[in-house]
Amino acid sequence: MTEGVAKKFMFVNRTAPYGTIYALESLEVVLISAAFDQDVSLVFVDDGVWQLKKGQQTKGIETKNFSPTYRALEGYDVEKLYVERESLESRGLTEDDLLVDVNVLSSSELGELMAEQDVVLSF
Amino acid sequence: MPTIEVNGKSYETDEEGYLVNLADWNEDIANHIAKVENVDMSQSHWEVVNFLRKYYDEYQIAPAVRVLTKAIGKQLGPEKGNSQYLYELFPYGPAKQACKIAGLPKPTGCV
Amino acid sequence: MLHIVNKSPQERPSLDACLRIAESGSILLIEDAVYAAVKGSASAGKLAEAAKKHRIYVLLPDVEARAIADRLVDGVTGIDYGGFVDLVADHRACQSWL
Repeated sequence: MTEGVAKKFMFVNRTAPYGTIYALESLEVVLISAAFDQDVSLVFVDDGVWQLKKGQQTKGIETKNFSPTYRALEGYDVEKLYVERESLESRGLTEDDLLVDVNVLSSSELGELMAEQDVVLSF
Repeated sequence: MPTIEVNGKSYETDEEGYLVNLADWNEDIANHIAKVENVDMSQSHWEVVNFLRKYYDEYQIAPAVRVLTKAIGKQLGPEKGNSQYLYELFPYGPAKQACKIAGLPKPTGCV
Repeated sequence: MLHIVNKSPQERPSLDACLRIAESGSILLIEDAVYAAVKGSASAGKLAEAAKKHRIYVLLPDVEARAIADRLVDGVTGIDYGGFVDLVADHRACQSWL
């Protein structure tokens, strides 16, 4: 791997976990890119906040429950997780409903953070 | 799909020899895969294999080597949490060999 | 008529279209549409209103996958896959609001 200046990467997750493949694809890309020692942020907005909901049980839909993997992110040194407050509130959710520690930001705070990024990947 | 035969039963693997169904795994299968890989399973090998299975059970992924090394160091001590130790046990790499013996899929991001 | 909705209410207007157009009959929420039945969410009011004129069902395996079984609005009935089949069989026609 070539040494270089770490760039700021942001992954923006806006989809619910099982209705489409986006959430799982995003998580896989995050895990792979964690090997490249960049400054990575994960953002959960809109239905993306459902990805982090505690208590998912997927036996009935015969789909892999990948929600425990979000708890592995810390071990991959991916520690900047942000959730938009407005997205939580409009879904009747609070920070306590989430299975990992996150920073809850307002839309405008999130907008500022997004503006600082070098690369933004949308899912 | 390729299969392996252990104790008169056959189990599906992928092209590279990783078990297809996680639930198929048992110690006899592990020993069988280890033999194919030329790994002589010692207590230390089992420690890593069991660690990997526990990690998978908790997080639903096989860890990248770097992550595995760090996690082992944290739990089993720095003399085990380094790549030299792990590569001595599994010469072709803890990801490639230990995960295979543990019946896990190939680690995400491992090429 | 059985109306089937499978999109999240906060991602697509499928549920809105269904509620606007469906006159009577049953509404079944499956896949991401089950989020519409979450208490305290933006769609909870709409759904409570709809429950006055429709029977509303949610598919439980989808509810459990999404960890919302403990927070469904009152007046929705949970069904399993067998119940899904029964519902389809019991109605003359189905409309899927894709």
